[in-house]
Parts: sequence; structure tokens; C-alpha cells
Amino acid sequence: MSRMRMLIAGAVIVAALGAIGFWALSAPSRLPGDAIAAVSDGAETRGERIFWAGGCSSCHAEQKAEGDARLELGGGLELETPFGTFVAPNISSHETDGIGAWPLVDFANAMQRGVSPEGAHYYPAFPYASYSRMNPSDVADLYAFMKTLPAVEGNAPPHQLGFPYNIRRGLGLWKLLYFRDEPVIALADDAPSAAELGKYLVEGPGHCGECHTPRDMFGGTRYGDWLSGASAPVGDGKIPNITPGGDVGGWSETEIADYLESGFTPDFDSAGGEMVSVIKNLANLPPEDRAAIAAYLKTVPAR
Amino acid sequence: MKFFAIAASAFLIGVTAASADPIEDRQALMKERGAQMQVLVPMAQEKQPFDAAAAMAALETLAANAASVDVEALWPEGSMGGENDTAPAAWENWDDFVAAHDKFKADAEAAVAANPQDLDTFKGVFGSVAANCGSCHQTFRL
Repeated sequence: MSRMRMLIAGAVIVAALGAIGFWALSAPSRLPGDAIAAVSDGAETRGERIFWAGGCSSCHAEQKAEGDARLELGGGLELETPFGTFVAPNISSHETDGIGAWPLVDFANAMQRGVSPEGAHYYPAFPYASYSRMNPSDVADLYAFMKTLPAVEGNAPPHQLGFPYNIRRGLGLWKLLYFRDEPVIALADDAPSAAELGKYLVEGPGHCGECHTPRDMFGGTRYGDWLSGASAPVGDGKIPNITPGGDVGGWSETEIADYLESGFTPDFDSAGGEMVSVIKNLANLPPEDRAAIAAYLKTVPAR
Repeated sequence: MKFFAIAASAFLIGVTAASADPIEDRQALMKERGAQMQVLVPMAQEKQPFDAAAAMAALETLAANAASVDVEALWPEGSMGGENDTAPAAWENWDDFVAAHDKFKADAEAAVAANPQDLDTFKGVFGSVAANCGSCHQTFRL
């Protein structure tokens, strides 16, 4: 074998190993069976609170939907991001166009591992990185509640993404680098119990960090700058710093909780951009939950 | 009489707001709306007792404020940068932006015309006015 041939053979082997390595490393991983809770009595009722905390309507209902229309989750909203345009799918209870035929195990794997029933990766525009921090029982409750919502016909068009972001398998590497389901902030032992609940709501279902924390060039959350603000993932706006060192540092807990209900800041400016829809969701939570979010925001490291 | 009150205060706002910088003018306009909300929102939330006269005065100021707006003069093409908080979407969807203003103006006038004397009536008409803040800011505010 000539030296040239050996070089070519070597390159082929390296490429093949690289491909095998890529394939192995990028494989979707599913939840272990014991991480899926059973649907228990009252799940439908409890699930409504998780639904509003999770903010599903902001992307999956019609834009600017009000009232009961926020429960029609036909998808179609386009998120124009630096990676391309993501289109929110139909997650209504429709048997074929939505997720009505999914068993809980598929729902839980979508929510907490970003894996589709067919075993493909979801793009993290769907905030499963945050949802992975949810309690399995809350996921089951949410599943039961969403079963009660209207079936909406129709499929949203596919995402429009450029190379290399259009290769779904590559998201396996993204998950390897960035996906982590452990809590973000360690609260002090003497932190009030409200802060503990708020931490769960903010870091988990509320997925506040998805927009309020800056990302690196590959869309990975920079956890060291937790909630310190970012450029808007969609549109031209800026997402504010919501740590005690930021724009809301001077607000009292009551003022933060009021804002999350009414959209009015302490000086009666009113929320803009994506936050308008977020507040429409949060306004449906029990007042203790909004107070808990405020308590947690007071405990996170100032940036 | 009420009409003249509104017209007169609209005229005054029009005069005082006439400075050279449309961004400053917009901020002054919005700050005045915020000051009325500071009176109205706590009443609607029942955190302050309902005071029909105070509510009416604030609603009249809001309606006059809305009536004073000349959208084209306050939002000239390209008036961005600096302290601007208006999203480019306003100029890209100009007709919708103007329609959002017209709706706010109509809802504010309707609230004044309703002249609410009890809390429930007030909550109803004020709710329609306040919904404009979020619906307009959602699309047109950075």
C-alpha cells in the first residue's frame, strides 16, 4: 500500500469513527420508567395551574388570543430567531393533528427530555430544558388537563432552518453540552418556603430563564448569568435583568407579584412584547404562586 | 360641557407637548397615561376605595390625552434610536398601529361617556380601556 493510500484509508477510518461517535453521542435518551408518575385523582383540576405556570398558550395558541381562545392550542406561531424560523406545532387534543393520541410516557419524554414519540430530538425553542426540572406528578397533572382542552384541526408548517441547524440529530450534541435537569440556584437553608416554591416555578414550568438568561453562540443557556437579561430571542427588544441587581432590583416583592398579575410596573408603565402574553398566563395562578416567584427573584445572585 | 372640558385639556396637552423631539413628546404622553393608571388601577383592583369623582377626573384626562395624539406627528418615520421604545413593527404595520391608537381613544371616550358611579360599572369600562395598554405594547413596544 502506498503512503497515499494509507493516508486515504486513515482519513476514511477517522471519518467513519467520527460518524459513529457522532451517532452514538447524539442519540436521544428517554426518561427512566420510574421518572413517570401515574395520573391520579384530581389531576385534571390540578393540571390547570401547571398549564398557566408553563405558559403553553404563549406559543401554541393564536397570537393575542384572549379568554377561552388561549386554550385552543393549534400552533402556527412563528418564532424568527438567529437560527431560523421555528413554528409552534399543534399540541391540542386532536387525535391526529395534535397530541390527543399520545400516552403519558410520550408526553413526559417530550416535556422532560425533548424527545418525540418517534425518537427524534426537539429543538430547544420548546423549553424542555426547563420543563425537565418539573415534578413527574405535575407533568402527569398537566397531561390530564390538556386532554380536556379542545381538539383543533390542522398542522402547522415545518420549521425553516438553515444548515447545520436543520440537522435534528445534531441536537443530541447540543443536549450533551447544555441540557441539565438539576436546579440552577442553591437556596440558603434559611430561605423562606415561598422562595423554594418560587424557585420551582421559575426554574421549572415557568421557564423564565429561557428568555431572561443570555445564551452563547450555540443557544446554550449561560447559567452563570442566570436571569441577568438578554437580547430578545424574537424581534428587536431587550429582555430585562430580573435579578436584584437589575431593573426590578428596587421593586418590593408585592410590586413584583402585582406586576405579574396586572402587567403594571410600580410607576404604572405597562409590560410590552412577549411579557404581555406571559402575564395573561400568570394572572390565572393563585396569588401565592406569584408571591413565591417574587420571593425567589429576591434570593437569586445579583448581576 | 364635558366635551368642552375634554377639548380644552386636549388643547393644553397639545400645546405643552409640542417640543422638538418626538421621542421626548411620546414619553411625556405615556407618563401622563401612567399617572392616570396609578389612580385607576388600584381602584379597579379594590386596593383603594372607589372614588367616582377621582376616577372620572382620571378617565377624562386619559380621554383628553388620547384625543390629543397626532400619530403621524409623534411617530415620524425613522424616529428611533436614543431613548426610543417604539418597536420597528409600528412603522412596518402602520395601519394597525394607527388603529390601535384609535381603539384606545374610542374606549377612553366610551368610559367617560359611561360616567361610572359604582365600582362594578367602573371595573367594566375601565377594563376595556386598560386592555389597550397590553395589546398595543405587545406588538409595538420594545
